[in-house]
Amino acid sequence: MRLDVLNHGYPRRTKLLFALIRRFSGHPVPDAARIVFYRPDFYGDRAKHFTHEAMRGPSAWSVGDRELMAAYVSKVNRTAFCIAAHTATATQAYQDADRVTAALTDLDTADLTEPLRETLRMLGTLTRERTLTADDMRKVLAAGATPDQIRDALAVCAAFNITDRLADTFAFALLTPEAFQAGATYLLKRGYR
Amino acid sequence: MPDDDRKRAALRALTDRVRNGKGEASAELRALAFDNNGLPPPLDALMAKVAEDASQVTDTDLAAALASGHTEDQIFELVVCAAVGESTRLYDAGLAALAEATAEENPADAS
Repeated sequence: MRLDVLNHGYPRRTKLLFALIRRFSGHPVPDAARIVFYRPDFYGDRAKHFTHEAMRGPSAWSVGDRELMAAYVSKVNRTAFCIAAHTATATQAYQDADRVTAALTDLDTADLTEPLRETLRMLGTLTRERTLTADDMRKVLAAGATPDQIRDALAVCAAFNITDRLADTFAFALLTPEAFQAGATYLLKRGYR
Repeated sequence: MPDDDRKRAALRALTDRVRNGKGEASAELRALAFDNNGLPPPLDALMAKVAEDASQVTDTDLAAALASGHTEDQIFELVVCAAVGESTRLYDAGLAALAEATAEENPADAS
């Protein structure tokens, strides 16, 4: 990562934990996981709690839907690490790689429910334009998304706009495809806590 | 607590901590980074990129911020503030658009 403290500035116990994870998983600890261990009282503890609430808390959206939103927001932000991580996680959650690829390639033709398609489109507009109109939101409501679903999607969008910015600013290292798959399995089993 | 409130409360706990809690950077600088407004150069250029298009941040941007006399811990905190600040504004803009759209649909339910 671009700051040395994010590479080396961990207490001995944390370094030991990283070494154990590496040994038992066969993969290095991803930078997205390392950064929440850096001075966790400043950022990581509360960031993990918010991200877990958004991604795994009660919602009418499935875990796969929310992982797809995370991948989609990251695609708009062009954050390579998070695109790969959440494409892998959405794919495992849905057990459907084609659907995830299609959604990230062409929203108009992808095999998605209308509420999800229009919600993704709205999250894309908000992330790209950094503003949103009531008209944009009316289209999502007209497609059948409920206000609660929209609020839940906005929380996912906020969580990944934070993570994407840190990933790009600090230059999170890309993983091998196998390591992204292992990370996805972990996120589906344990979430973001 | 309704689910939506739990999510908002969790984000508020994060924003309160990074803005107002103890830090290596002053609370004043952290607030400016959070707001992406009024930081002195070269911090202003770096934090504007973090907020507006972080994919454009380069090694040189980080090096310039460090060369201006700030420690890595201070830069870490200010980047976190800029990222959380912008994302909170996006969340609020989305919620405001939703409130406006639903108020017109159902004026009796405006809140």
